[in-house]
Amino acid sequence: MSALISGPHTHAPTSVSIVMGHVILALIPATAYGVYLFGYPALFLVILCIVSAMAAEAISLFLLNKPIRPFLLDGSAALTGLLIALTLPPWAPWWIAVVGCSFAIIIGKHVFGGIGQNIFNPAMLARVMLLIAFPLEMTTWVIPHPLFSPTALSFSDSLNITFGSGIANLDAVSSASLLGYIKTELTLGKTIPEIMQHANYDPLTSFIGMKNGSLGETSGILLLLGGIYLLAMRIISWHIPVAMLTALIAIPTLFHLMNPDRYVGADYHILNGGAMIAAFFFATDYVTSPSTKTGKLIFGAGVGSVEYLIRTWGSFPEGVGFAILLMNALTPLIDHYVRPRIYGRTYLGKPIESPIKSDSK
Amino acid sequence: MMSLHEYKVLARDGLWDNNPVLAQRLALCPALAITTTATNGLGMGIATTMVLIITNAVISVFRNVVTPEVRIPVFILLIATIVTVVDLMINAFLHSLYTVLGLFIPLIVTNCVILGRAEAFASRNEVLPSAVDGLMMGVGFTAALTVIGAIREIIGSGTLFANASSLLGSAFSFLELVLIPDYKGYLIMMLPPGGFIVMGFLMAAKQVLEQRAAKKAQEIQQTALMQQT
Repeated sequence: MSALISGPHTHAPTSVSIVMGHVILALIPATAYGVYLFGYPALFLVILCIVSAMAAEAISLFLLNKPIRPFLLDGSAALTGLLIALTLPPWAPWWIAVVGCSFAIIIGKHVFGGIGQNIFNPAMLARVMLLIAFPLEMTTWVIPHPLFSPTALSFSDSLNITFGSGIANLDAVSSASLLGYIKTELTLGKTIPEIMQHANYDPLTSFIGMKNGSLGETSGILLLLGGIYLLAMRIISWHIPVAMLTALIAIPTLFHLMNPDRYVGADYHILNGGAMIAAFFFATDYVTSPSTKTGKLIFGAGVGSVEYLIRTWGSFPEGVGFAILLMNALTPLIDHYVRPRIYGRTYLGKPIESPIKSDSK
Repeated sequence: MMSLHEYKVLARDGLWDNNPVLAQRLALCPALAITTTATNGLGMGIATTMVLIITNAVISVFRNVVTPEVRIPVFILLIATIVTVVDLMINAFLHSLYTVLGLFIPLIVTNCVILGRAEAFASRNEVLPSAVDGLMMGVGFTAALTVIGAIREIIGSGTLFANASSLLGSAFSFLELVLIPDYKGYLIMMLPPGGFIVMGFLMAAKQVLEQRAAKKAQEIQQTALMQQT
């Protein structure tokens, strides 16, 4: 033991690998459901993402002359890989996974100086990069093909989708996501009630997750359970998810009440796209979000508002990735202006006057 | 008159030590905006080099006439005149290149490298060294832009020196290579983020090379000292 011990220290039983382990655990239900819903291609994608993220981590650490084993096995690279897999279209080809994961680890993480130094969330950065670079592959939404059901894919067909020639009968198995569908129909001059008649949208089914979408974003309830687990284990605090989801309920409700023909209700915004997974798993990244409670509230509300702005008036149907990256970039600014109170001083930085008058004169 | 050694220093400065893009971090606007192919980078580099040689020489001629108080407006006026001439010449003789670079050529006027060299070098030196400095800085700029353009082009669209014949004439059509057939393209490299990423990696590579060279030089010095003692 080291001899240098002064003062009573409390020992917090947390470390990078424990935190990462809890987050991975919280993501397992949503991942398993995604694999069930979309079949073996989704499983291949999850494995491929984790493996290529860890390989990219090992290569980066080797090139930077950093110790490989402790950093590689702390779980951070595996978590980044898993998170990327969950944001990908479930039948995406193998090279999407490899390009995305190596970009996240090499450019998103190690170029900035490794774990804890990155400005942007690496997984979100990779997802946005992939969306801009490969718009076709990244917006191919297949309808659910649950395992063990009559529509389930055979193992060899699945191999062919991920590693081979791709999806054979694309039009038969894919459909627009609800976010994209509504956006297209709105540009054709239809009103929301008209669109919703044909949209096949049911809030409960959407909450459970039986719909198309990215691999791990479909099931709101499982992501919510994962988030509650993280809150209960005190891995994340409530500020960012609550602020983000509140913004994403309050703003759409306001616009929906003003003009129900043009703006969809809040339930649709919460239950579709990546809102839920982003609120609990992407926006709450320690490194790229503010450190104070007030800062976290501002950050979360900002993510929710920007996401609504992009979804409603932007050119992309889903904007949560851009929203998070934008707020990541603003995090140093938020941390600059919103600081914790210094011990013994007021919030304005002035010394607190002692209530006990000294009589030593 | 400058000695041969001083000209060598000028060359080394422009090409490597004080490279306009990779060391001085000047002229990043064209370096990032135009370098979607190696040919574009080369064309922009050549145009800038032509301007740089002429402006440096002309400013050096006028350096003793212009009072320090009005030197910047005068320099800008001279640079703008020369850029306009180069702009019209490229439009007349290299028209297909002009369609690609058209927007950026008038902007050479405000290119920091041009005014930077005018201030830092041409206004204090004689005509010939100034022109040589312009040439070397221009070649360094061209090299940096061409390398950035080549890397972005290879990763972004799988080709190299596409449309080179429209820049250099049909004799150079052998330069046009398709390195990866049936490549779908990697769009991010053609967009501004690709420019930033490639330039960042090139700057890092330059640092690594310089650190290695410095280490080597130190080792040689140490062994020399050891042998003396």
